[in-house]
Amino acid sequence: MSARLATYGRLIDRTSKLDFTFDGKPMMGFEGDTLASALLANDQMLVGRSFKYHRPRGVVASGAEEPNALVNLGEGARFEPNQRATTTELFGGLAARSQNHWPTLEFDVGQVNSYLARFLPAGFYYKMFMYPRSFWKHVYEPFIRQSAGLGQPPKERDADTYEHFHVHTDVVVAGGGVAGLIAAKAAAQSGARVLVLEQNAHWGGRAPVDGGRIDDWPTDGFVERLVKELEGMANVTLRARCMVSGLYDHGYVLGYERVSDHVPGAEGPRHRLWRIRAKQVIVATGAIERPLAFAGNDVPGVMLASAMRDYLVNWGVAAGERVIVATNNDDAYRTAITLKKAGVEVLRILDARETGGGALMEEARRLGIRIDCGRAVGKVTGGKRVKAVQICAHQGAGGALEEVACDAVAMSGGWSPAVHLWSHCGGKLTWDDTAAMFRPDESRAPTGADGKPMAVATGAANGAMTLEAIAADAFAAGRKAAQAAGFKLKRASAVKADPAPESAIEPVWMMPARARVGLRAKAWLDYQNDVKVSDVQLAAREGYESVEHTKRYTTLGMATDQGKLSNINGLAVLADTLGAAIPAVGTTTFRPPYTPISMGAIGGEARGEVFQPLRRTPMYDWHAAHGADWEPVGQWRRPFAYVQGGEDVHQAVNREVKNVRQGVGLLDVSTLGKLLVKGPDAGRFLDMLYTNMMSTLKPGKCRYGLMCNENGFLIDDGVVARIDEETFLCHTTTGGADRIHAHMEEWLQTEWWDWKVYTANLTEQFAQIAVVGPKARQVLEKLGGMDLSKEALPFMDWKDGAIGNFQARVFRISFSGELSFEIAVPASQGLAFWETLMEAGREFGIMPYGTEALHVLRAEKGFIMIGDETDGTVIPQDLGLGWAISKKKDDYLGKRAQERSFMASPDRWKLVGLETTDGSVLPDGAYAVAEGSNANGQRNTQGRVTSTYYSPTLGRGIAMGLVHRGPDRMGEVIEFPGTDGKTYSAKIVDPVVYDKDGEKQNV
Amino acid sequence: MKRYSVFAVAREALRHHTGWERAWRSPAPKRRYDVVIVGAGGHGLATAYYLGKNFGITNVAVIEKGWLGGGNTGRNTTIIRSNYLQDASAAIYEKARSLYETMSQDLNYNVMFSPRGVMMLAQTQHEVRGYKRTAHANLLQGVATEFISPARVKELVPIIHLEGPRYPVLGALWQPRGGTARHDAVAWGYARACSAMGMDIIQQCEVTGVRTENGQVRGVETTKGAIDCAKLGIVVAGHSSVLAQMAGFRLPIESLALQALVSEPIKPCMDVVVMANTVHGYMSQSDKGEMVIGGGTDGFNNYTQRGSFHHIEETVRALIETFPMISRLKMLRQWGGIVDMTGDRSPILSKTPLEGCFVNCGWGTGGFKAIPGSGWAMAELMATGASPLAAEFSLSRFREGRFIDESVAAGVAH
Repeated sequence: MSARLATYGRLIDRTSKLDFTFDGKPMMGFEGDTLASALLANDQMLVGRSFKYHRPRGVVASGAEEPNALVNLGEGARFEPNQRATTTELFGGLAARSQNHWPTLEFDVGQVNSYLARFLPAGFYYKMFMYPRSFWKHVYEPFIRQSAGLGQPPKERDADTYEHFHVHTDVVVAGGGVAGLIAAKAAAQSGARVLVLEQNAHWGGRAPVDGGRIDDWPTDGFVERLVKELEGMANVTLRARCMVSGLYDHGYVLGYERVSDHVPGAEGPRHRLWRIRAKQVIVATGAIERPLAFAGNDVPGVMLASAMRDYLVNWGVAAGERVIVATNNDDAYRTAITLKKAGVEVLRILDARETGGGALMEEARRLGIRIDCGRAVGKVTGGKRVKAVQICAHQGAGGALEEVACDAVAMSGGWSPAVHLWSHCGGKLTWDDTAAMFRPDESRAPTGADGKPMAVATGAANGAMTLEAIAADAFAAGRKAAQAAGFKLKRASAVKADPAPESAIEPVWMMPARARVGLRAKAWLDYQNDVKVSDVQLAAREGYESVEHTKRYTTLGMATDQGKLSNINGLAVLADTLGAAIPAVGTTTFRPPYTPISMGAIGGEARGEVFQPLRRTPMYDWHAAHGADWEPVGQWRRPFAYVQGGEDVHQAVNREVKNVRQGVGLLDVSTLGKLLVKGPDAGRFLDMLYTNMMSTLKPGKCRYGLMCNENGFLIDDGVVARIDEETFLCHTTTGGADRIHAHMEEWLQTEWWDWKVYTANLTEQFAQIAVVGPKARQVLEKLGGMDLSKEALPFMDWKDGAIGNFQARVFRISFSGELSFEIAVPASQGLAFWETLMEAGREFGIMPYGTEALHVLRAEKGFIMIGDETDGTVIPQDLGLGWAISKKKDDYLGKRAQERSFMASPDRWKLVGLETTDGSVLPDGAYAVAEGSNANGQRNTQGRVTSTYYSPTLGRGIAMGLVHRGPDRMGEVIEFPGTDGKTYSAKIVDPVVYDKDGEKQNV
Repeated sequence: MKRYSVFAVAREALRHHTGWERAWRSPAPKRRYDVVIVGAGGHGLATAYYLGKNFGITNVAVIEKGWLGGGNTGRNTTIIRSNYLQDASAAIYEKARSLYETMSQDLNYNVMFSPRGVMMLAQTQHEVRGYKRTAHANLLQGVATEFISPARVKELVPIIHLEGPRYPVLGALWQPRGGTARHDAVAWGYARACSAMGMDIIQQCEVTGVRTENGQVRGVETTKGAIDCAKLGIVVAGHSSVLAQMAGFRLPIESLALQALVSEPIKPCMDVVVMANTVHGYMSQSDKGEMVIGGGTDGFNNYTQRGSFHHIEETVRALIETFPMISRLKMLRQWGGIVDMTGDRSPILSKTPLEGCFVNCGWGTGGFKAIPGSGWAMAELMATGASPLAAEFSLSRFREGRFIDESVAAGVAH
């Protein structure tokens, strides 16, 4: 059994007990425990079930590479699935539940998959479940989905908050082990700003567990002093619990800080995402130990040798009482020695190497541990925990020589540098045959914007596997990074660690070396996804030879550990099966993040009300207080209608329309884009942007303009007012303001960069109010001020002046067909002006109206609306707007495109009015059918509805549409099948159904 | 080709699966083929497959620079739908969707097409009108879609948050027979079937030049030697412009990186595919349990198949608004694929200025769902010189201004 010892445990505080539960069972741990160490201390070997076969599983690792020990953590709004027990710090009241089983962890019906494993090899689902066809959706897939997945989905809205930090720095050091810390100091000594990020809560990485001496200090003392020294340096920032999750183009680095995962509910954000621009990145991310692929290597109690050592030294937990160690390298001897010294029985060290190891082996032998060289684990027996090991010759097929009862197995297949960060942004790897590992290829580092290397790998991440090599490498790496970041190096003394030579590793990708097929089918590579040696061999046999094919066919490395634990084992097995060299097979692509990061952290602060900026006009609160039914328009919100007591939205719209036609209405048009275009070349510039001639417009005059893109399609419209010789004010649609401003700038900056023009977006500087209706002038005249008579301010003129006490700019323009003044005042005056107008208009029955009434009013007049009559496929000529296209200009954006054969064809669909024969309202977006079907069997069409409304003015439905040769077919009746099953008949009519001669607006 | 079935699996289980044959052969290229297809992605393999199946043309080589299915076929978010607005698009995507329905049986390879339904949320009045228009168009195109109410949306997707403070859900365009499929399996299934017909799939073979004579294609130069052919199909997505340049013509294509990501796997919580175009993001749950999330394209042209951060930030934010529960899930992996975008965001299936040379490209962000339809049409075009499904997607449309623009209906996401 696993248990807490009375000694060891450098990270735990035995005076601080913490209660927690696992599957409802009360347990106790200490401050400083991880959930995994606490579970082991409570002899909870069985912690979860695997993905595919629902095999019983225990803790196998002690860090981010853990594939098995994933739990549902927390409750309600703080619930989180798939939380890795090895990287979860224990806190009082922690509630963890095991995953992927039914009904219980101990007894899981899904384990039947395990008994059927032989029938469920890699990719079995590609070969079956095809008949009967409907069974995939209704039977097979629901079953597969239910048995797949891991943790439970969260149900409630997240109670926590998240935030982003934005940082610029010279050097980021990823990893606060000895390599990272030494490199950080070496870099910082040059004066560079250094940011050191460590994923764990503690500094020093593995070194304090592994022992040794640096600069004549034991490693833990060395780390403590160095951290203190770095903390004292003004140009160094240290952050623990902050993992570098990804390296992106141009030195963009993401740090993922778990601020309060260990103190849930604490004030402040749960996670903080550091968005960092660094000149250089030091990759000091350490290395990850590889398991050995022997049969039964997934039985709870089989653990990485380094993890078993970690649990003992860091947390005072012995993973078993009688341990067998299996290895192919010297490092695992450290585990055996440590266990032995702690009083744990080490029954045997099985060293696959015929000649065994070096100095460490001698030390183990001195301690009285039996060492069998050339021996291997043939098979581990036991279901929910280890019972015994069958020992065999490593160079054989697995015939058992001896069976030894034990309750834990420590395994080590060697180490793989954590090269993920190095690889995220294009850094390449090289295969080191002696050390049997992929390590960073210094000559092919990831490059920054200048094409020069932006990262330096160091320490174990760089393949330096002894303390002596690590110290020297890290010191050099720190200096190299500082220099690359542009800093001058100062004299500094190198860091030196005591030598501790090790003998060479012998690569073991499968144990024993010629394991028979039955054993290979029980030798796990990817634990979580249940990929075994036999699966990879099957993939290779079936032609899935590319490492990417193998990965995808077997799901090797696709689990939540993303292959950290054993991808190298898998691709070595693949290489072996193919008879190819490991580097020729290569690795799969390393993708960010290094370990999974929360969606909450990615999203940051922007959620709920502040998900996107809410743009409000100065009159926003007034609208809200007067029944506004809001409609989102881009980031703005505009009143769709103002609903008054008792009426519904539709009735409100009708009332508002009638009131404008008969009396006077107010519309908040502040959201319309107001772009100032100024400079000696402003007229020439606008002549290119608009289809109209703008350079000839006289100051004081307005002109309705159309803008097309290079493909000739209409993208925006609006009124242009010439302010003076060099200055134009261009109105755009609400949705178009930012887009058109960007469009202008794009052309100015990339094509006409030598033209003397500048633009400014003044949209939010002004509140703009349309005063519309036959009584509009009366309302304004009541306020006094400038002369607004027809003679003083004719239609399509504008003028600055006073209205009442307000300084205003008045445009005589109309989008409703009524007498209309659009009046701009400084934004700060908007609300006061609006309220003044409402007050003055009271005797005339003034009412505000919303966007829907605006639409109905313009549709009655046959005015087009960008986004309704246009959709990116419509040219002005389709809309009868040929009059707005200047024939005198040599060029404008879209001119050449509009001359193409199909654009100039008379067969295009063109704008008409549509009048239903029964007065009903045509459905939105309905298509008019023509005779027959096309070559693909689709019904032929001849037009479509673009705008359709009920017109309270006419008391019936009105619509506009685009119809094939429409203007030539006035009076013809065409049919529109609706999705409601009805067919609507409509007559082709003039789009202008109200005041065709414009007498009302021109008074 | 030995057939796959539950019985075959059981039989093989008894001998520890040592008797399975290769899914596809790995031959050295011959000196000459009737047809060479460049690009062993879904579209290239499907083209080859239907050349054989529909036209009996089996002296075909499919040449692949890397590993088959390794481009966008293996990088997309596996959505299959045909609720397009324009007739030409709806025709080819609906053809593809209907072929997906029987693909597993046709190829004897389970591609796991799952008609779980695709929903596109309407979150502005403008979108409501747009999707109602699409529903009307689909009605006449023979594509079964309907505009559904917020209540029905909630019924189909219990984890959705309808009353977001910024963009409440006003309804959705619902295609019940859209869905997802296992993307790799589509490429593998076609490859196996092509190989069984005697076609050669040649991986790790990069085309380095196109040989021509008097304006007629003669063959290709490759890293595995010269290969002659009577007809050449260029089906290489993001690198189409590069191949076209070798063949001596230009394509109106820009290449951009499209971003995607998956969460860690969880138990089933969402059966349908949901796309939210106003806020820019879409999500479905894979059979493995991962939430598969698609975002937008990077704002600059490039060929790097890498994940970048800025777009996924926007995407994840949008999806947290739509599905608040995902806030406490974790992103497992992010990646990028290179999409080939045309001026009207619709594909090119066309003859080219080079006689005997055809292109199939420009699928942009929407290629996976089109694979069988695209292969069907391209095969017909290459075999007979014309295909009604491909007719409107010719290169000449750019010169004539005959755009097939879906942007109005599709927003950003496909």
